[in-house]
Amino acid sequence: MTAAKKLKVATTSLAGCFGCHMSLLDIDERLFTLLEHIEFDRSPLTDIKTCSPDCDIGIIEGGLCNAENVHVLREFRQNCKILIAMGACAINGGLPAQRNHLPLTTILEEVYHTSPGLTNGMIPNDPELPLPLNQVHPIHEVVKIDYFIPGCPPSADAIWKVLTDLLAGKEPELGHGLMHYD
Amino acid sequence: MSHTFTLDGKTIPFVDGQTIIQAASAAGVFIPHLCYHPEFKAHGSCKLCTVKVNGRHTASCTMRAAAGMVVESETEEINDERRALTQMLFVEGNHFCPSCEKSGNCQLQATAYHLGMMSPHYDHFFPNRAVDASHPEVLLDFNRCILCSLCVRASRDVDGKNVFGLSGRGIKTHLIVNAKSGQLADTDFSLADKAAQVCPVGVILQKRQGFAVPIGARKFDKAPISETTEER
Repeated sequence: MTAAKKLKVATTSLAGCFGCHMSLLDIDERLFTLLEHIEFDRSPLTDIKTCSPDCDIGIIEGGLCNAENVHVLREFRQNCKILIAMGACAINGGLPAQRNHLPLTTILEEVYHTSPGLTNGMIPNDPELPLPLNQVHPIHEVVKIDYFIPGCPPSADAIWKVLTDLLAGKEPELGHGLMHYD
Repeated sequence: MSHTFTLDGKTIPFVDGQTIIQAASAAGVFIPHLCYHPEFKAHGSCKLCTVKVNGRHTASCTMRAAAGMVVESETEEINDERRALTQMLFVEGNHFCPSCEKSGNCQLQATAYHLGMMSPHYDHFFPNRAVDASHPEVLLDFNRCILCSLCVRASRDVDGKNVFGLSGRGIKTHLIVNAKSGQLADTDFSLADKAAQVCPVGVILQKRQGFAVPIGARKFDKAPISETTEER
């Protein structure tokens, strides 16, 4: 009997703080068990830059604050069978979305021109820099998301529960104590 | 005929004049709700407490219990509807739980947990609502208002002050402060008011109390809302 094929898991952090990825690593020694069932594809953990076309699970941290975030999200959706939104920012925009009631030009002006201590400030305009979006958006507003793990960050136990439920072929479910928006 | 009805097959006793939610609550059965509060006259606006009575939808906070009623509450259909209503409340305001002092003590959040709300589902409005920090003791953060009107009822009916009001219609309905300036500092509102205690979400917050109890050790962190008694 051959061992079951390992599932390919890709992860990324868009407009996030990598706190959710830290929480993923917080599953600690359970990582060894996880790695018996999965292999990481594109991820900050592997430094692979593009998704293989046959990824099984894509895990997205962070919302969409610039054009590159949207590009990466679409790449994940094209290449992953199941897409998971991990954490508050992916789910409702989170802290970055708290700029949404301010016009983008006002923000750029303040950050690069009018803040105290700035001299000869300049709004960055290198063509390599992705353009910021007018507002920060949760990822489900742009592509279909299959599962959500709320939390800021979700606890390691919550992430573990969702991943192991999926590996067991079950609908992921978080009960009291694992379900947190904060 | 006996003074009982059935709720999801369970026999619930009631006394004349009691609403369905009052009788259920007295019998220890939880029905999700946001604008209902046992100490106040029902408002019937949030619709979270909707049940089916003899097959028809009705708000259990306004419908009087009657002998022989067949009431359904914890069904997949009704909870799907409650979840959709809750999701709409989340996207209509700015509900950023990680930076909200009410997180863990918030009835909206706890209700969303109870209903298994994993995502807001709808597109966010991200409305622009200014906060009112004018009062020396209390902050008003309108971003989180769900228009339950509990502060309106408490201030008018208990405090006798009429500090708050709901203004506008439909999607434009919003909470206002009854002062010429619109500022809380220009009213006779005080921290001792009932209205300062009833907000189910994080709109009316006492200043200088932030993180007195850490996140993770708050009311609904300890027990789900369905097992928590009503006092705020």
